Amino acid sequence: MEKRATFSSTTIGLLFAAPMLVLIFVFFYWPSGQALYWAFTLEQPWGGGNTWVGLQNFRQLLMDPYYWGAISRSMVFGLGSTSIAMGVALLLALFTDREMRGHKAYRSVFIWPYAIAAPALGLAFRFILAPEAGFLSLINQIWPGLWNPAMDGTDAMIAVIIAFSWKYIGYNFIFFLSALQSIPRSLIEAAAMDGSGPMRRMWDIQLPLLTPTLFFLLVINITESFQDSFGIVDIMTQGGPARATELMVYKIYFDGFKGLDYSGAAAQSIILMGLVVLLTIVQFRFVERRVHYK
Amino acid sequence: MNAKFLGAVGTFAVAALLAGPAAADKTKIDFWFGNSGDIAKRVQEQCDRFNASQTDYEVVCTSQGSYDASLQNTIAAFRAGQQPTIAQVSDAGTLDIMLSGAYYPANKLMTDMGYTVDWKDYFSGIASYYATSKGEMYSFPFNSSTALMYWNKDAFAKIGKDHAPATWEEAAADFKALKSAGYACPLGFNISRDEVWQLEEQFNAIHGEPIATKQNGYEGLDAELIFNKGKWVQFVRDLKGWYDNGEAVLKSKETGQTFVEAFANGDCQVILTSVGDHGNIGRTAKEGMNWDVAMLPVYEGTERKSSFVGGASLWVLAGKSDAEYKGAAAFFDFIAKPEEALTWSTVTGYIPVRNSGFEYLNEQGFYGKAPYKGRELAIQSLTASPADDVAPHGIRLGGLLQIRQEVSNGLQAIFIKNEDVQASLDTAAQRGNQILRKFEQTYAGKTLP
Repeated sequence: MEKRATFSSTTIGLLFAAPMLVLIFVFFYWPSGQALYWAFTLEQPWGGGNTWVGLQNFRQLLMDPYYWGAISRSMVFGLGSTSIAMGVALLLALFTDREMRGHKAYRSVFIWPYAIAAPALGLAFRFILAPEAGFLSLINQIWPGLWNPAMDGTDAMIAVIIAFSWKYIGYNFIFFLSALQSIPRSLIEAAAMDGSGPMRRMWDIQLPLLTPTLFFLLVINITESFQDSFGIVDIMTQGGPARATELMVYKIYFDGFKGLDYSGAAAQSIILMGLVVLLTIVQFRFVERRVHYK
Repeated sequence: MNAKFLGAVGTFAVAALLAGPAAADKTKIDFWFGNSGDIAKRVQEQCDRFNASQTDYEVVCTSQGSYDASLQNTIAAFRAGQQPTIAQVSDAGTLDIMLSGAYYPANKLMTDMGYTVDWKDYFSGIASYYATSKGEMYSFPFNSSTALMYWNKDAFAKIGKDHAPATWEEAAADFKALKSAGYACPLGFNISRDEVWQLEEQFNAIHGEPIATKQNGYEGLDAELIFNKGKWVQFVRDLKGWYDNGEAVLKSKETGQTFVEAFANGDCQVILTSVGDHGNIGRTAKEGMNWDVAMLPVYEGTERKSSFVGGASLWVLAGKSDAEYKGAAAFFDFIAKPEEALTWSTVTGYIPVRNSGFEYLNEQGFYGKAPYKGRELAIQSLTASPADDVAPHGIRLGGLLQIRQEVSNGLQAIFIKNEDVQASLDTAAQRGNQILRKFEQTYAGKTLP
């Protein structure tokens, strides 16, 4: 029989939970509630009052073709950066797990990019990827005009996707590596004795056993790509050229924090929140079916 | 007895004087501003000079990193009741604070605290940019600039010219000649949100063209953008023509070199930028390079009007104590001194905001000396039209930063995606008008002071 400490009354239990509940309320539900309220009003930035306008903010956004453009660009950005960040991280983790030369160093070095603040990262990549002065300007010397994120929308999108993925590769790598290392060695050794090569072992044993981690990282990466990208975009492209990198979250940041349009930004936040929730539900409904937890 | 008494009083007085600077009962006031880097250091020095000049008040000056961040932080602090006494607000945030009621009007503050300010002493172009529609000053003009044309004398000498173009027609010929003389970048420019100021707003100002109806918004929140209907459209077409011929080149952080850096480096021969960059270019220009500034060109047959002032003004926020307001008034009185104007204009590229300051600088021979020569053109440009001119003296539009972003998006569509000039500018104006209508609705029932 398992021993359990239980509370005789619910009050005591609630009291113990209270500090955490207060924290969650103050830092999550209160601001979200405020944003929800602002989304249905026109809020004066200096706090002079607001007017209830119902669904007007949402109507304006959803009738704006450029806003739909921002939604589809966010999707492209999310899928692009998630596949690069997870694909590269998985590859690196598989190599490190096979104890390639220098694997101990990788283990600690790869997490570093995640600790770099987005604006600093954006600054570095803006320089590296600049068409005239950066490291990539070499490409333009061989094939003039091939790479120009300042003028070409596609190149600019590629540039921000690369910068963002670079940050999350390290984060994903740590998860993949620890998941790989928790796979019982006996399974892999048994497969090796049966004559399967490294590729076959990866495909038939390691990857299926990694699916819970893959699924977890997929959800996290998609969510973060929708929320965490504004700093990089702000420094690298300011949403340009000609709106090519105007993502939903950058528009929220610009309209709210720079343009002082609090209500418009709040309405956009609600739409973004809805979209992320929707994507997460889709992932749980359809992707999680293929995950084997044990 | 009497003598003893007087002696005692005297001793006390001396003791009080000596103890003065160390006394803890100084009133502290906060001043938040947006400038960063070298300018932030100069603001800090000005604060230190004020603190050293008297013993009653101590101003604590804090840079918030940028105009946007400073405004954002000030608003957040105000909403939480933790606002600074003095806040710097740039042109883009002026209308919001003016409608908020969150401030102590500058003119009222100075009268209430017993200072007489000669408001006429401010350059009319600068004063009217920040004044209400009735001409009252609710804030103090602080760091002020305007756009100038910077040109490379050596390059112009190669095409046989010793002066900068005064008209855009002349400039077009010069760009062509510079291109044929082998210069890769006759005109360096950029079309991001922050450069709309010199390309669009200043152009319309000096040509006397309206940007919006209702005197650019001064006479009502129901103004509508009309920059897509005037001479500016022709300018964009011409600029696009120069760009297509390789006579004008886009230079930005994204390409790897801003146009200011490109000019200082001798890579671009002409740029349009703020007089605030004068000091910076002087310090970073390539060794031996000869360059000068000129007023922005106008189209032939146009009578030149005053350009708009750029920069920011200082606002006193509501909800502080009387003592703090006294401190703020003393600070404003201090920075208005002509000597301060001289120091300020020497260490930054900014111009004096008052006539008396300008005259003092002239008496000191400031504008004759090598590194500062040419900056007087900024004043000339700002005061080009007669004082009673009816053209708008500034822009008073809500969501100005978002409108600039729309203009920038329109320009990028034209230059980068080769979209139609008129159609793109129409879209920018139409989207800008949506921003204006939303702003008007947000402040429904309020009238512009």
